Amino acid sequence: MPPSSPHNPQLNANGELQHLLSIEGLPPEILTQILDTAESFAGVTEREVKKVPLLRGKSVFNLFFEASTRTRTTFEIAAKRLSADVINLNVAVSSQSKGESLLDTVANLSAMHADVFIVRHSSSGAPHLIARHVKPHEHVINAGDGRHAHPTQGLLDLYTIRHYKKNFTQLRVAIVGDVLHSRVARSLIHGLTTLGVPEVRVIAPQTLLPAGVESLGVRVFHDMRAGLKDCDVVVMLRLQNERMNGALLPSAQEFFKHYGLTADKLALARPEAIVMHPGPMNRGVEIDSSVADGAHSVILPQVTFGIAVRMAVMSIVAGN
Amino acid sequence: MKLLVKGGRVVDPASGRDQIGDVYVSEGRLVESFKDKPEKTIDAKGLVVAPGLIDLSARLREPGYEYKATLESEMDAAVAGGVTSLACPPDTDPALDEPGLVDMLRRRAKALARARVYPIGALTVKLAGERLTEMAELAEAGCVAFSQANAPLADTNVLWRAMQYAATFGFPVWLRVEDGSLARGGVAHDGEVATRLGLPGIPAFAETLALGSLLQLVRATGSRVHVCRLSSAVAVEMVRAAKDEGLPVSCDVGIHHVHLSEMDLGYYDSNCRLEPPLRSQRDRASLAAGLADGTIDCAVSDHTPVDEDQKQKPFAEAEPGATGLELLLPLALKWGAQANLPLAKTLARVTSDAARILGVQSGRIATGAPADLVLFDPDELWRVGPGALKSQGKNTPFLGYELAGRVRATIVAGKVVYERR
Amino acid sequence: MSKLPDAEGLLPKLAAELRGCITPATAMIGLHTGGAWVAERLHPLLGMKDPLGFMDIAFYRDDYAKAGLKHDPKRTRIPFEVEGKDLLLVDDVLYTGRTVRAAMNELFDYGRPRSIALVVLADRGGRQLPIGAQYCGARVEVPEGMRLRLKRAADGKLALEYERAA
Repeated sequence: MPPSSPHNPQLNANGELQHLLSIEGLPPEILTQILDTAESFAGVTEREVKKVPLLRGKSVFNLFFEASTRTRTTFEIAAKRLSADVINLNVAVSSQSKGESLLDTVANLSAMHADVFIVRHSSSGAPHLIARHVKPHEHVINAGDGRHAHPTQGLLDLYTIRHYKKNFTQLRVAIVGDVLHSRVARSLIHGLTTLGVPEVRVIAPQTLLPAGVESLGVRVFHDMRAGLKDCDVVVMLRLQNERMNGALLPSAQEFFKHYGLTADKLALARPEAIVMHPGPMNRGVEIDSSVADGAHSVILPQVTFGIAVRMAVMSIVAGN
Repeated sequence: MKLLVKGGRVVDPASGRDQIGDVYVSEGRLVESFKDKPEKTIDAKGLVVAPGLIDLSARLREPGYEYKATLESEMDAAVAGGVTSLACPPDTDPALDEPGLVDMLRRRAKALARARVYPIGALTVKLAGERLTEMAELAEAGCVAFSQANAPLADTNVLWRAMQYAATFGFPVWLRVEDGSLARGGVAHDGEVATRLGLPGIPAFAETLALGSLLQLVRATGSRVHVCRLSSAVAVEMVRAAKDEGLPVSCDVGIHHVHLSEMDLGYYDSNCRLEPPLRSQRDRASLAAGLADGTIDCAVSDHTPVDEDQKQKPFAEAEPGATGLELLLPLALKWGAQANLPLAKTLARVTSDAARILGVQSGRIATGAPADLVLFDPDELWRVGPGALKSQGKNTPFLGYELAGRVRATIVAGKVVYERR
Repeated sequence: MSKLPDAEGLLPKLAAELRGCITPATAMIGLHTGGAWVAERLHPLLGMKDPLGFMDIAFYRDDYAKAGLKHDPKRTRIPFEVEGKDLLLVDDVLYTGRTVRAAMNELFDYGRPRSIALVVLADRGGRQLPIGAQYCGARVEVPEGMRLRLKRAADGKLALEYERAA
């Protein structure tokens, strides 16, 4: 009856990555390919000339409908290290405010011969919509859409975990904080379950968990101490300022008391546990400074790995 | 004008009669028979002859949204879909809150001489939920009921007074039930799919909470209420209990909600952005079952033509609604087949039962009834696509689907208003 | 099909040829994957000061636009300063010369070597670029539609094989 069920819109007819829209639905082989490639690029970023000629002559458009200097910069660095031409468009303050539709904006840029669109948008699914309308040689990389996905952040988190823990199949990973609004959490959860992590936990008050979060394959904890017990990896999520006082949470102080990561809570995790945070951090809200700067923290290496991961994603996608 | 519809499978949902026979039409009404030669004879061999469909919710987009659809295009769509009577909700621009607007709409519709149009008046001025409209005046101009369409009515005091006032005159109130603050910002059922897609959710209890309040107000006011577009299993249970209790309530369901669930959102198909949202598979099953056992009185198209630009947006930003006038019949047939219902019972939910709620004489094949008929081939397959739809709205979750059941001819007041060879 | 030379037999021959030119400034880099295998066998025989380096030229290929990124590129690891070195670049089979071109480009992103010499186990002709091997184990004729591949067995033994070209 129904027309052929929609295939995964990220893959081309050969099952290769055409766009990166979400980690969900990607086979483990592709995730591993990205992580392996990123490892090779990590070598490039350590040497004197941090640039390879792979994307020479290609144009990468940073299309940020939602402002984010940080993520945009990491994509820009990654593209430049691949020798691509990078065009930054802060669409949030230009065409959209003049009433131009999302697809018109994309069509216009496409006429300027884009090869890769890096898209950030406040609305979940916007990169899917764009991917449905771009030309066959154009590629879309999701740099964060609404609450839905932030796949390159998820991949760099996976990269970081693999870097320090080697094997995914023995791990216990806890994700703490505002899962409800977090695209980072969704992407990471899909990545971890795809790569065979046996136990992914989410730790948050009920107000910060989406309906049916268990269906993503996670165990829910409301008590942080119980949730952290014996974990190998602790991922802290950012709590947006506007959500700190209101119907979801009474105050940042109370949140920190129950869900902030402190040294004594971290002591409940495995002794060699690593602590991650997608940034930017709210010290004293999600995480205590002594932990953020402590021996378990791999928050800065995450940023470094992020460049290599984004190089890998861009070079794989643009080549397919 | 005498018309003979010859040799069709005549199905009267009101009586359950289903047999091969002839239908005689004279002066716009159904008659027992006539001796003289008819001016027109339609050979209905192999076709079902049934009362024209009565759709309790179809937006014609006039006045105000002519760029989405016009009265002409949507009235064409109605008769092409076998819909001979339709009620249109008051969420036009301006809203149907003044007799002049209602009068104009009725006159325009009458001049087009296709389906019969029954306007639903606004319950509050501008649908703003603050001040009551002049319901008696509006009724005089032709409004058959009063409604807020999809606009929330947050102030329970205003709702109470509106129901009291309507009850005073015996006007029915047609309301959607959704707690405005729980639904605020939501675009999808608050469940697994919304969680996965990262879409803000509307919990099912946004519906049942509002339904609970509404039922209390029905008890308090005795107002006759028709609950529009149920979407959740619990709401079906609540209506069943309310009916058992003897409350004057009826309800309908959008035909899309009988067939689709949150799973159909796929990768953000904005054609599945509907109000209320598509809910879980369990909810869908309860709606289909409730429609079969009569808890839900009828199915509606909730026809909402949306222009392409408003659908080509990220899911949450896309305008809600689906085109439906031309899909109501095949989707009702599909539901009936799945529920193993006799054809007469299936059709009752889009004809005689809807007529009862609307308070009109049509919706049945009986001597003296208005000669509003649809002739259709229940087995003819057609593919849903922009070219196959007369409605200006091409927005449907069923795009590309092959559906069974296609209208051959539509007759309103004894006149053939649509025919396809 | 002509009989292929025995790869294991070629290794000592190549080593003997190379031994004469080793100076303290000589260092060796093997190209993934086949060239790395050959280099891993040659390197211990030559007593060089610097450890062996490995390169994957995936990021420097000239067919990226057509073929995309090769699956699982290995990491390039050059554990010595390239600047001023006499480099022995080792590959298994020399064919069009494009791999060597890419390798030289990559090398220069690490520094400026004093010289580069190319060492290959087998040269099958068919050059598309002005590149030649200074040290070559054997010249091999490859029939139409076939390609020459180096295989490594579980015990580490190397062997040249024909393979149907994709």
